Amino acid sequence: MSSDWPLWEVFVRSKGGLSHRHVGSVHAPDAELALAHARDTYTRRMEGVSLWVVRSTDIVASDPEQAGELFEPAESKIYRHPTFYDIPDEVKHI
Amino acid sequence: MASMPPIDVPPNATGAGKFDAPTVGAADPARFEYLLRLGDDALVLGQRLSEWCGHGPVLEVDISLANLSLDLVGQATLLLNEAGDGDRLAFHRDVLDFRNCLLVEQPNGDFAQTIARHLLYTSWQHMLLQRLTQSSDTFLSEFAHKAVKEVAYHRELAADWTIRLGDGTEESARRMAEGLDWNWRFVPELFEVDETLQTMIDRGIAADPRAFEEEYRSEIGNVLAEAKVDTPPDHRPILGGRRGHHSEHLGHLLAVMQFLPRTYPDAVW
Repeated sequence: MSSDWPLWEVFVRSKGGLSHRHVGSVHAPDAELALAHARDTYTRRMEGVSLWVVRSTDIVASDPEQAGELFEPAESKIYRHPTFYDIPDEVKHI
Repeated sequence: MASMPPIDVPPNATGAGKFDAPTVGAADPARFEYLLRLGDDALVLGQRLSEWCGHGPVLEVDISLANLSLDLVGQATLLLNEAGDGDRLAFHRDVLDFRNCLLVEQPNGDFAQTIARHLLYTSWQHMLLQRLTQSSDTFLSEFAHKAVKEVAYHRELAADWTIRLGDGTEESARRMAEGLDWNWRFVPELFEVDETLQTMIDRGIAADPRAFEEEYRSEIGNVLAEAKVDTPPDHRPILGGRRGHHSEHLGHLLAVMQFLPRTYPDAVW
């Protein structure tokens, strides 16, 4: 039966001000029950304050074959990293 | 609509052995009785739902039903601990001393029958808890504030599934209708007011279920209309759970639930 139900990717916002993060996936017959299943599966221990679900088939993914041309050029560009700044201790979530 | 004549349990038929918890509250017998009714409803329904664990139609539903079960067992813990020693009341009491309504002890049947039972019970429970937030009893009012949020989700989920099964395939619609048929005759008991309950209503502690029977029937009617399932006809109502007159199903449930503490009374974990 489960194979009849589409797969949904689940994103949880752990608290206000933070971004939603991908946590896993659930099967569900429609969006409303996908939210219910996501709630019951991924927020049982107070993990979140907000949920997103999106049909897995609606996600556009980069091609692993293209990993070289997409990501490797960034490796040699150390000047793009903000590692030359001192970050004050009070600044959170960086 | 004629109701079934009450079948009174003989006074000597308490079933209480030497391990059994006291079944009369010394300080305030009516309040004790009311806490048992609410607590036993939650305990028995929680135990029933836990029977699905590992048997759900799909993994996600299995987890979902286990969550509902845990919410209810949590509610039962609070209520029975307020009545007395919660563990003893749960595990050292026999069938005749349980005060839950007949609806919650009904067998799970298939998934649709479980959903029908949950819709009928939690819609009632939600309306009751909304009113109990105004109870003059501090414990019950605080309990209701906490539990009403849990139960709002239960009711919502049960309605969502009722609509999907009822308005689904030919087979799911048939099963949903049969599940409702099974459970429908136990609805009138939810609105029965006996002497104990009337006392508690008069004291401002309990909520009067008759005040929301119409609202309940209309809400259930709306869900069933959306689910394209006919509201079952009213038959002769079956009453008695609040007096300890239970269906045969409760004894089997308790046999499983109470096996360990009754066999090993000193077991700890």
